[in-house]
Amino acid sequence: MKTIKVLGSGCSKCIQTAEKIKKAADGMGIAVEVNKETDAETIMNYGVMRTPAVVIDEALVHSGSVPAEADIRSWLAE
Amino acid sequence: MFEIFTLFADWVVYDLFGLVRQEKLGDALHFFIEDTTKIFVLLFVMIYFIALVRASLDVERIRNFLAGKHRATGYVLGAGFGAITPFCSCSSIPVFLGFTSAGIPVGITMAFLLTSPLINEVAVLLLVSLLGWEFTLLYVIAGVTVGIFGGFFLDQIRAERWLQPFAAKAYQKAKGKEALAFGQQTAAVLSMRERHQFAKGETMEIIGRVWKWVFLGVGLGAAMHGFVPQGWLEEHLGDGQWWSVPAAVLLGIPLYSNATGVIPVMESLLVNGLPVGTTLAFCMSTVAASFPEFILLKQVMQWKLLATLFLMLLVSFTLVGWILNLTYLIK
Repeated sequence: MKTIKVLGSGCSKCIQTAEKIKKAADGMGIAVEVNKETDAETIMNYGVMRTPAVVIDEALVHSGSVPAEADIRSWLAE
Repeated sequence: MFEIFTLFADWVVYDLFGLVRQEKLGDALHFFIEDTTKIFVLLFVMIYFIALVRASLDVERIRNFLAGKHRATGYVLGAGFGAITPFCSCSSIPVFLGFTSAGIPVGITMAFLLTSPLINEVAVLLLVSLLGWEFTLLYVIAGVTVGIFGGFFLDQIRAERWLQPFAAKAYQKAKGKEALAFGQQTAAVLSMRERHQFAKGETMEIIGRVWKWVFLGVGLGAAMHGFVPQGWLEEHLGDGQWWSVPAAVLLGIPLYSNATGVIPVMESLLVNGLPVGTTLAFCMSTVAASFPEFILLKQVMQWKLLATLFLMLLVSFTLVGWILNLTYLIK
């Protein structure tokens, strides 16, 4: 099971990102746990300056926008 | 070049709706149609082309570039980059922390963050098309100056003392290392297709974010245009009475808008005879000093610093207004 964190201050794009990932994972039949991380200090520690950002199993894979469907699928497939 | 929008508004208002020139409703509607069409066409075209050029410029690169710069150059560069880099206000906290944890002094970071909402391509575009070059230049200079001096002042009072403890710690830790870890990244080379993708995304995103403000701002401007009695503002505030500037700044605080929404209102204020300095002070205060944003900054700053910052902004906008009123009214 993959642990996925969506980093961001809670703006609408972060919510969109989290939902998009959940939907993609459901579609692919992969078990994931998606959490939204809003704490400024935590976001800083990942070195992220542009939100929303996506962290999968502690590795930062994306930052600065709602990710594209294709990108999400390729991360989940790994 | 912009005449076509006037002609279009003429046609809609006077021919299509059959309204009479020089009447309140006709005037207001004309202003509204001319400005909204002009603004949206310009937004689509200009944001796209500016974004094409700007595609490879992002906050990470700016941070790497600013890290380890001499302070004096840092303020100027910070404010300059703030002017050309737009970012969503929901990113200001991560950007602040990203800069701070790279050892960039608070003053330089704030020069960047203060200038950013004041000046951006959309604002400049609107200013040029609605108010002309001279006023645009004045606005840009005023914005950058506030950023530079604001940043300098914050470092003078050692503002980093009043960061939240975790941010202060990150700053101290990075200062020892002198930005060695950063600045070695090579810039990604972007293909034309990637630039187009980026520019398309930016255009949609920015317009999606500002369209409401355009309507609201132009609507307000139009209402004032048609319905504030001609000469009323000029008669009461036209001499740049000294108290009118701080009053305008205070009035701007609870009014929260971004630059896109406030510029059409500026146009109306100026046309109605409000002095340049007073107008500018009002607008800067509306755009840059707002409570919601300050509450956000609480996550990284202690109250003392927040209050200082707020006061500093109010004082500097007032000064800008006074100076401009003096220069313009003497002229």
